Amino acid sequence: MFPYLALAAILFSIGIYGVMTRRNVIGILMSLELMFNAVNINLVTFNKFIIADGLSGQLFAVFVIVVAAAEAVVGLAIVLLIYRNWRGIKSDYVNVMKW
Amino acid sequence: MMESQPSIAFWLLAIVILTSGFMVVSLRNIFHCALNLIMCLFSVAGIFILLGAEFLAAAQVLIYVGAVAILMIFAIMLTSEISNRRIVQTTENKSVALFISVIFALSSVFLIMGTKIWRMSDQALPENNTLTIGKYLMTEYMLPFEVVSVLLLAAMIGAIVLARKEAS
Repeated sequence: MFPYLALAAILFSIGIYGVMTRRNVIGILMSLELMFNAVNINLVTFNKFIIADGLSGQLFAVFVIVVAAAEAVVGLAIVLLIYRNWRGIKSDYVNVMKW
Repeated sequence: MMESQPSIAFWLLAIVILTSGFMVVSLRNIFHCALNLIMCLFSVAGIFILLGAEFLAAAQVLIYVGAVAILMIFAIMLTSEISNRRIVQTTENKSVALFISVIFALSSVFLIMGTKIWRMSDQALPENNTLTIGKYLMTEYMLPFEVVSVLLLAAMIGAIVLARKEAS
């Protein structure tokens, strides 16, 4: 079980690195997808090795996938809006709410 | 402690996942990042199959590779600034981010390694993965299922409203 959890942890921190360093909004969204996948690997691993009598981990992973899809749809619509307003998709353009 | 030794397939998939994941966050061309993301998602589906979650692997390929990644590529194509050498793709706090993520990875890996008391169960997963998930979705997890469909509907309407041209 340990290698699966370690793989998920390393993938999650790669996602953290991407979210913190990317300047392109689509890059940030892709790093978010990496983090969702790490979480899903964790859920399925625990489902196999810890509570093998049910499938609650896998069901939760299904819901995570659905919510991630919804997030990607709304996020990419916002990306198109940003592009329409600023002619570019860098995240530093969107500083209207920055104090 | 029950420790099932992962097969050679796991190590191959792990190497592919980690290298392509690193490519996703480090390459300069955002389109290449999207292609690497597809590779990474495919390999995660392989990990799901190794863990006995066949339905989840199929859903991963259908939804992530088939929908989300293609949507990302559409968004990249619809916007500009894809592959110009002059574009700086990263912010200036690169070293801080590297420090934080390496610390996070090391500490969580050491935490996982240090934990000796897992309540392992020896039972096998239910046979007929897809059948069982379908039964659960229609009985025990009925309410979350409905809520998540309302969420999808809301996301669809929201995306249409956001991306629509203003009829000024």
